[in-house]
Amino acid sequence: MIYARKDILGIEELTKEEIEHILDLASSLKEINERSIKKVPTLRGKTVIHLFYEPSTRTKMSFDIAAKRLSADTYSISVSTSSVVKGETFLDTVKNLEAMKPDIFVIRHSVSGVPHRIARYTKASVINAGDGSHEHPTQALLDMLTIREHKGTFDGLHVLIVGDILHSRVARSNIWGLSKLGAHVTLCGPPTLVPKELESIANVKVLYNLMEILPDADVLMVLRLQRERQKQSFLPSLREYSVLYGITNEKLKKAKPDLLIMHPGPINRGIELAPDVADGPRSVILEQVTNGVAVRMAVLYVLAQRNLP
Amino acid sequence: MKNSRVRRLKDAHPATVLFKGVRVVDPANNLDQEMDVLVEDGVFKEISPRIDIPDPCNLKVIKADGLWLLPGLVDMHVHLREPGEEYKETIETGTQAAVAGGIVAVASMPNTKPVNDNPAVTKYILDRAKEIGSCTVLPVAAITVGLAGETMTEMAALIEAGAVAFSDDGKSVRSSQVMRRALEYASIFDVPVICHCEDPDLSRNGVMNEGVMSVKLGIRGIPRIAEEIVVARDIILAEYTGARIHIAHVSTEKSVSLIREAKKRGVKVTAETAPHYFSLTEEILETYDSRFKVNPPLRTQSDVEAIIQGLADGTIDVIATDHAPHSPIEKDIEIDFAAFGMVGLETSLAVSLGLVRSGVLTPAELVKKMSQNPADILGIPYRGICKEEEASFIVVDPNAEWIVDSTEFYSKGVNCPFEGKKLVGRVELTVCRGKIVFGRGEYQWLVE
Ligand SMILES: [Zn+2]
Ligand SMILES: [Zn+2]
Repeated sequence: MIYARKDILGIEELTKEEIEHILDLASSLKEINERSIKKVPTLRGKTVIHLFYEPSTRTKMSFDIAAKRLSADTYSISVSTSSVVKGETFLDTVKNLEAMKPDIFVIRHSVSGVPHRIARYTKASVINAGDGSHEHPTQALLDMLTIREHKGTFDGLHVLIVGDILHSRVARSNIWGLSKLGAHVTLCGPPTLVPKELESIANVKVLYNLMEILPDADVLMVLRLQRERQKQSFLPSLREYSVLYGITNEKLKKAKPDLLIMHPGPINRGIELAPDVADGPRSVILEQVTNGVAVRMAVLYVLAQRNLP
Repeated sequence: MKNSRVRRLKDAHPATVLFKGVRVVDPANNLDQEMDVLVEDGVFKEISPRIDIPDPCNLKVIKADGLWLLPGLVDMHVHLREPGEEYKETIETGTQAAVAGGIVAVASMPNTKPVNDNPAVTKYILDRAKEIGSCTVLPVAAITVGLAGETMTEMAALIEAGAVAFSDDGKSVRSSQVMRRALEYASIFDVPVICHCEDPDLSRNGVMNEGVMSVKLGIRGIPRIAEEIVVARDIILAEYTGARIHIAHVSTEKSVSLIREAKKRGVKVTAETAPHYFSLTEEILETYDSRFKVNPPLRTQSDVEAIIQGLADGTIDVIATDHAPHSPIEKDIEIDFAAFGMVGLETSLAVSLGLVRSGVLTPAELVKKMSQNPADILGIPYRGICKEEEASFIVVDPNAEWIVDSTEFYSKGVNCPFEGKKLVGRVELTVCRGKIVFGRGEYQWLVE
């Protein structure tokens, strides 16, 4: 068994072989989503609980569709973190749900490390659907699948990630995944949001001048800029951010013609990405969404495999 | 069942016991040798190389080969949580934990509810300590009313009520002007102002040390400069005003060098660190376990080495615990929401003995940092192990190995960073102000 772990908590701890195994599986499961009857019995009788402490319509929907297409029974629980104030801790909640014998927890939380602590507690498998500013492994896997479909290989591929890396779980998971698969990763944005320390966590380069590096990129990953960063004194204004780091067709004149443009969504149109770029020919943003379902099916599948006779 | 016994000071019996062949370590009296020590009615009667067992013998005689007899420890940084947060700790449980850790006097920080910013609270703490405490409690009063950083407390009245020092611990005094005035004013009384150094703008919302690990783990950072800028400010203020300051919980390399340079210039500054700052690093946060969330945060290996160097060369005068007990309600939750702090009373000596085994400190130097220096800084009378003096001492087995199990603690706090770890060195017996307040294992019967 190539993937023998109980959980999928992050890309950092995965090997290249494990990542490629999940991507291969996702490629082969993708065809199910094109059928007229989009359902296979693989996870019949398995219980999947989506435990979301942070609102996320898209990721939850994507996981739910993936689980249902594999015939799992799914349940969704949205918990506001203010229930902490009411006295029930996240471990209390998990203890209660654990008593109902679920097979897989899909967990999203605004605080880093919560899925990891739950995974240590529960016998069920845990899938990290995004923890704080830490990891979002299924997003990175769907990004890698999308890149592989277009570029064929990661060897020597130049991937540029632009934006608020400091607060981005999408960036961290991709940094670890892409560098393991052999891509050259460059991180770009203002120094307040792209700390130099990132060069110590993986084999990546940090640069602050977008136009210095954009012409070399094969893949451009644009991150969502949270509007509150301006108030927290990371930025003088959204306008200045978009002048320096916003992706426009003007800036893209210097880019490679076959540059792939990606975004984890939802987009702040006109801030990090101009509308005509988001909808333009180089954009693969909707393919990312399609691949999201396939990757989540693959992840559910490898975890459920562990428990099959 | 605990394999030890503890008593309230007011109910405990005076010690009458003869120790044969115990290693007495007391730098205040230039002692570090094997001795026989006779204590009668709570007073050191004789300390000499050989004391004959009287015949007939109505003494308890302890053959103490391999054991150390040290002056009782003084912990100048403890949060007892009473009044106001008795579910976390009380003066009763906190002082029990203290004597179980060999500590005979604790300085209690003023961030209680209500804050110890007026003589009524100071008096309440002292009355409770007298009633239910197992050791001496030395109240530290607030620098500013309500720890709000605005109006100075009535320091003369607080000292009159029994306060031994002033601190807004938990917060820095944000305004340099208020801090300057407080230092000037406190110098009337020759009591130390204890500085919790943290620039709140730089540390805001932070959870762990800012650096490679915080970036890797996606946890918001507290930069080292948040501490160092205020250490530098408070040193400059002390130098300008000529007042005396004591820097609490030093955790970074730069803080150590700022203090070292200030001492060279003759600034009246002393400093403490806590056992977790010379024994743990930020890597341990990889577990996302809130037990390791503390303020200032655990730093890096080079900081640990600088702290150890600072202890060795005398820059850091004191090892104090910053014992900060919490209940699972504050600790067993998401790391961002969890409270800062660790318990330390029952592990500090064992962790600190590691510095003796690794050759950083001699046993006498360790005793100075955990007993004589804090007493001197707080200005409380200190005699050590000295004939005809009231006996406050501990007996330690420096080689006893034990596994930390916080369910065995006297402290109510569950937030011990050394849980499950093997430590070497254990307190067997504690005598405070002549009274036997704690005994472990075969010494339990002495507490009766
Ligand atoms: Zn403090
Ligand atoms: Zn403190």
